[in-house]
Amino acid sequence: MSKQENSFIGWIDERFPMTATWRAHLSEYYAPKNFNFWYYFGSLAMLVLVNQLITGIFLTMSYKPDASLAFSSVEYIMRDVNFGWLIRYMHSTGASMFFVVVYLHMFRGMMYGSYRKPRELLWLIGMAIFFVLMSLAFTGYILPWGQMSYWGAQVIVSMFGAIPFIGETLSNWILGDFMLSDAALNRFFAYHVVTLPLLIIVLVFVHIIALHEVGSNNPDGIEIKSNKDPKTGIPVDGIPFHPYYSVKDIVGVVGFLIVFCGIIFFVPEMGGYFLEHNNFIPANTLQTPDHIAPVWYFTPYYSMLRAVTVNFLGVDAKLWGVILMAGSVLIFSFLPWLDRSPVKSIRYKGPIFKFALTLFVISFFVLGWLGTKAPTPLYTLLAQIFTVIYFAFFILMPWYSKIDKTKPEPKRVTK
Amino acid sequence: MADSIGEMNSRRRFLVLATSVAGGVAAVAVATPFMLYMMPSERAKAAGAPVEVDISKLEPGMLLMVEWRGKVVWVLRRTLEMLENLKKLNDQLADPTSEKNQQPLYAKNETRSIKPEILVVEGVCTHLGCSPVFRKDIAPADLGPDWLGGFFCPCHGSKFDLAGRVYKNVPAPTNLVVPSHVYLSENRLLIGSESKESV
Repeated sequence: MSKQENSFIGWIDERFPMTATWRAHLSEYYAPKNFNFWYYFGSLAMLVLVNQLITGIFLTMSYKPDASLAFSSVEYIMRDVNFGWLIRYMHSTGASMFFVVVYLHMFRGMMYGSYRKPRELLWLIGMAIFFVLMSLAFTGYILPWGQMSYWGAQVIVSMFGAIPFIGETLSNWILGDFMLSDAALNRFFAYHVVTLPLLIIVLVFVHIIALHEVGSNNPDGIEIKSNKDPKTGIPVDGIPFHPYYSVKDIVGVVGFLIVFCGIIFFVPEMGGYFLEHNNFIPANTLQTPDHIAPVWYFTPYYSMLRAVTVNFLGVDAKLWGVILMAGSVLIFSFLPWLDRSPVKSIRYKGPIFKFALTLFVISFFVLGWLGTKAPTPLYTLLAQIFTVIYFAFFILMPWYSKIDKTKPEPKRVTK
Repeated sequence: MADSIGEMNSRRRFLVLATSVAGGVAAVAVATPFMLYMMPSERAKAAGAPVEVDISKLEPGMLLMVEWRGKVVWVLRRTLEMLENLKKLNDQLADPTSEKNQQPLYAKNETRSIKPEILVVEGVCTHLGCSPVFRKDIAPADLGPDWLGGFFCPCHGSKFDLAGRVYKNVPAPTNLVVPSHVYLSENRLLIGSESKESV
């Protein structure tokens, strides 16, 4: 394309690199041609982020971040505000679906070794987005000030109190009071609508810049950049993101929206998994509900938090629980350095890795299920067993990924 | 010539360092009010006056919930049977003699109370701050045949006996906290203070 010097676009391009940016990131960004189903979830995560930002802005117009008004303002949105129910269900369903697509997006990375060199930093930025997303979910869940909001927040903030020496001061600093109260609700609102959304937007931007620097991985886990057409310098296995993948992603978006709308219109509470029954009761500071559990996307970590019941190495069980819970999330960050396999993709990895990953997924689901249940001695034992499996997947990876019998990687991407 | 360049470089290095240090100090100074802004306000500090409770209508075996500083405080009038059961539990408890500093000195005894039958504890689990459930039923199906009555935390399964003492091998690390309290008269209890005059 020649320079459009006399056109309106040419006028802009001389002052802002609009066409150059469009080309670098869309029409001339070459992605591997063998993307499959699993490559929908990055763009879907962005779609959900936009949904959360837009519906969130509208919700703030009617919501009141005040302990005595919050609960009824949410009910006001649900009953009296025009289409308030729709906007709120879009937001609450969006929160759960955000985790669905992000978990699938992360699982894709684990299957195809997308965290491996040169994408270590890309993976770490992704982990940072995941932490911010968890913080957003946590602060957002507090806002309706129902029973689960209150007691969920109580448990999470008490975790900081478990940190030796500074714990108590730290939790007072977080709460702005000596207990969970209006002061905390007010500031969590500020984090939820200003601080964290800004952070996640910046991080998503940085994530995409980093992705476009190193280029996308693919289901074969081989570098398309190492095989470029000598004349054009374009990877022979690459196709421009736009129009090929922009159009493909529309298919994913349509499929996703069918599911998303189905939930919003037919099962917005998802049987108590997306919106818990106890959260329809206003916060009562004197009584914990008989059974409390976090929303489904936090239950695996919650199971690990309560799995430790004995003191060891001079650290009490409470602090161990907190350490394990934090560790269970942080440990994903070390994947780029734990995986010593000569190949990236599960297609060419050996039986040990496939077995380990399957076991890991099973333990993630079992821990998630246990986290929704009230603790009994049997469930606690199960949680302990699966916590060990969960961590073993990561901690033993340097050994089993090395000795595993791999297949040779192809030179070109396959179907 | 070489000397003066070397001198310039060391001078420059010093100036960069000095500017960085001064800038760092300024950054910390500016951050201070923002950090302190988030600590409990004067109004939050002023809240938390002692609470007076009338326990004349509290029957044996009954639990009274009182709000103090936004927390729940339990007042339980234990039956003689409950007090007898306390002695049977020592080997199942993590801190049966209340060695850890979770109570005022006057409650560091077998019943963890001033009057043997009246238990005053904060109903806040020492694990992660949930409020345990009062389970005075003996040997219920969910808590096992050895259960002699106590408090069960629904959040993470911690167990406490009827003196607020924590069981072994549960997530909670310590016994329930006994708040400072004093009897103004036979049936008037003041929670949150140790002096009778401060009412």
